[in-house]
Amino acid sequence: MTGVHRIAAGLALGAAMTMSALAPVAAADDTIKVGILHSLSGTMAISESTLKDTMLYLIDEQNKKGGLLGKKLEPVVVDPASDWPLFAEKARELISQDKVAAVFGCWTSVSRKSVLPVFKELNSILFYPVQYEGEESEKNVIYTGAAPNQQAIPAVDYLMSPEGGSVKRWVLEATDYVYPRTTNKILEQYLLDHGVAKDDIKINYTPFGFADWQTEVAAIKEFGSAGKKTAVVSTINGDANVPFYKELANQGIKAEDIPVVAFSVGEEELAGMDTTNLVGHLAAWNYFESVDTPENKAFIDGWHKFIKNDKRTTNDPMEAAYIGFNLWVKAVEKAGTTDTDKVLAAIVGLSVPNLTGGTATLLPNHHLTKPVLIGEVQADGQFDVVWQTKDVVPGDAWSDALPEDKGIEADWTDPIKGCGHYDTAKKACTTAPAP
Amino acid sequence: MMAIRLLRLIVVLVASLLLAVPHAMGADATAAQVDALGQGGFPEREAAVNALVATGDARVVVVLQALTDGTLYVRKSDSKVVIGAKASGGLALKGPLDGADLGTVASGDVDKIKVNNGLRGKIRTAIGQMTLLSTDRTVRLSAAQSVLKTADPGTLELLKKALAAETDPQIKLVMELAEAVIILKTDAPAEDKKAAIALVTSHGDRDALTVLSTTLATAPDELKPDIQAGIDAINRQLQLWDVAQNLTYGLSLGSVLLLAAIGLAITFGVMGVINMAHGEMVMLGAYATYEVQQLLLSYVPGAMPYSLVIAIPVAFLFTALVGIAIERGIIRWLYGRPLETLLATWGLSLVLQQAVRTIFGPSNRPVAIPDWMTGQFALGGLDITWNRLWIFVFAILVFVALQLVLNRTPLGLQMRAVTQNRRMASAMGIRTPFVDAMTFGLGSGVAGLAGVALTQIDNVSPNLGQGYIIDSFMVVVFGGVGNLWGTLIGALSIGMANKFLEPYAGAVLGKIIILVLIILFIQRRPRGLFALKGRAVEQ
Repeated sequence: MTGVHRIAAGLALGAAMTMSALAPVAAADDTIKVGILHSLSGTMAISESTLKDTMLYLIDEQNKKGGLLGKKLEPVVVDPASDWPLFAEKARELISQDKVAAVFGCWTSVSRKSVLPVFKELNSILFYPVQYEGEESEKNVIYTGAAPNQQAIPAVDYLMSPEGGSVKRWVLEATDYVYPRTTNKILEQYLLDHGVAKDDIKINYTPFGFADWQTEVAAIKEFGSAGKKTAVVSTINGDANVPFYKELANQGIKAEDIPVVAFSVGEEELAGMDTTNLVGHLAAWNYFESVDTPENKAFIDGWHKFIKNDKRTTNDPMEAAYIGFNLWVKAVEKAGTTDTDKVLAAIVGLSVPNLTGGTATLLPNHHLTKPVLIGEVQADGQFDVVWQTKDVVPGDAWSDALPEDKGIEADWTDPIKGCGHYDTAKKACTTAPAP
Repeated sequence: MMAIRLLRLIVVLVASLLLAVPHAMGADATAAQVDALGQGGFPEREAAVNALVATGDARVVVVLQALTDGTLYVRKSDSKVVIGAKASGGLALKGPLDGADLGTVASGDVDKIKVNNGLRGKIRTAIGQMTLLSTDRTVRLSAAQSVLKTADPGTLELLKKALAAETDPQIKLVMELAEAVIILKTDAPAEDKKAAIALVTSHGDRDALTVLSTTLATAPDELKPDIQAGIDAINRQLQLWDVAQNLTYGLSLGSVLLLAAIGLAITFGVMGVINMAHGEMVMLGAYATYEVQQLLLSYVPGAMPYSLVIAIPVAFLFTALVGIAIERGIIRWLYGRPLETLLATWGLSLVLQQAVRTIFGPSNRPVAIPDWMTGQFALGGLDITWNRLWIFVFAILVFVALQLVLNRTPLGLQMRAVTQNRRMASAMGIRTPFVDAMTFGLGSGVAGLAGVALTQIDNVSPNLGQGYIIDSFMVVVFGGVGNLWGTLIGALSIGMANKFLEPYAGAVLGKIIILVLIILFIQRRPRGLFALKGRAVEQ
């Protein structure tokens, strides 16, 4: 290497170093920060870390398209470690220290309830991507997952129809926490209203992470031998599902005899299971990976490329994150700013495409319109859609099936009704009774 | 306009000609009906299945089987129905009836024909009826079972014919039951029906109960007392069996608890180390099993049925080595300081969990279940699942092996010597640090064995160990620290108590009651069921 070359190389290196040192500073001024609040460790990491990757993927795609309002999006990832109070702390950190424009996060209802006061106090927006028990509508939260009337009730309707097997007897098998408890309360009332006798409904709760299902599955078998078509509605959560399905397969409960319809089992959960003996058991979601649309194909291909693994599945909460993110992007573009109040004003009524075809529209109660799909488990770990609603179903925050929620509305666009719990009978905003 | 109409006419004519040709050839009428499977929704598909069955063509069985298996497709180019099998580069297609090779296409070029549960049930019955006279025993048995399941009066003649020819006692039993169930559905004379009721009652299982309770609602009045008596008799029988069944559930849960706890009985019970990372040793054993299966799958797929047997020594050695490393690296500095040990091992458990999460990802890993561990068999009125039975046997074997190691080997002798009186043992020339490492390694290795067994009934995820750590401590403390027999009795009795409480109190309350009972018990007997006596206690 000659002297001149050496100097040139040194200069180039120096220049490169200065540029790389300056780059983040320069970038920080013209980026929009997006908070990602999903557990990357602890029990919920199994479900939530996929959503973190999904958000990074969506942000990456948006940046490739040129960002938002001429600025690049910058993800800020924090780990609330499946610890509910930590969710609130991390949310506060994201909003007040990192100054994120919006937060995408939470999975369990208890984590959402835990961050709620923070979002209200600091006036920011949370996009919540998971199906939940309803009974909530907040100004600062956009619910992009299904409300009970967009998942549980259509699933029960399907099983009651001749096509679904005209089920007359029901086992509601659940993990003992707020989502299954509320969903079962709504479902039980709904079933009773539809002429199912009290004796034909059996509700059973098991603890979190329950692993020994012998007695429960035997009890289901016994309940199903009363001569009436029986089905199981499962709101079993997370880790407990694998041992439950393993026991079902072992005790030889075939879907043709006693179908199990699940609200928390998707492609991701099936990936850890051998599904050959589970073919025909059902799940109700607003999205399945197997749905054949160009949008879905593009989404899956992009996801595989981003995550560098073409075996990774997609699932319903991922679609909800996709819809939520696109809604936010559209609302920011419409408002021309990331200011919370302006974005919230712009976002209601916006429509973005679903991955399963059709569009999702954000309703004044901050819930979406969604198609409801019923899928049957296949031997390859995917679901085949066997039934779907003809039209999209508007999300209902306060379920009509519960007597205490009759006539309750949520409308965040109306100045008078502008609260989450408007009683149409009393013509006033009331507070929801404690659950 | 005219031109279009004319064109349409020509198209229709040509199409009908094309359709007419196979019909004219007769033999291929079935082929056209097979293609109908690919059209329309579920109601149309059901009609197509019925039409196919009506042909009585024996080749239809293959098509229907493919339909339930989800390997029947419609080729998009000509809407022909084909059978597809996964092959490199997409799907290898075959003609559904003749099995002719139709080449390989990309999976996007065909549409899978979907079935739902209702249709799957119909097809199973149809296949059952068509294979009732098969020469293959297993085919015949499943055919008889599916005929029993639907008990369609239309199959009575066929069933009688099959029954006359049947020689296998087990299949004969199923066929007789099916015949009885069908007779109950038809308007046969009352005597026949009474005999049928008696036959069904004599079966005495849950299926028989289902049959009787279904018929009860629609039966004529003169039969009702008979049916009710049958139901009562079966219920009485079942109640007795229920107790026995609960016993087996209890034993099974007990054996799982025993497996999970027995490693801890060594590290905590014998050595006195409060090892919060015990659950993670179990988890590592499960991941070792997963890795063994992955390696076998890619290098020796033929050995997959024995993957678990191969995984046993691998998991044991791996977790034992990890255990020894932990003991040498961390725990040996903390002997005699239980609080620090607790904190250090708890921290270690978090580190191990997160390490596994980083390496393998947070989602569940699929561990294949070998055929010999799937399904169940009936023992009288008991349903025993194979995996639970094997886990029970495995737990007992591990227990026996561990007893032998502790009581019959030099290492076991040294372990006991060191834990009972360290200084004396040291004075006798025993290398106590080496024995400490070996003991901890043994305990960890046994935890790894538990991991192998747990892959069959639980998640293989980084959280696997957390679900068992509290139960394990409970078992060891309840059974009496430092006593393997205590661990055995403790595990089995907690398992039993849990399973006998569960049907009455529910799983959540049952667990709480067990915890309260154990707290009360520990209050009365702080040293557990089998307290160590003698000088060792004083240390």
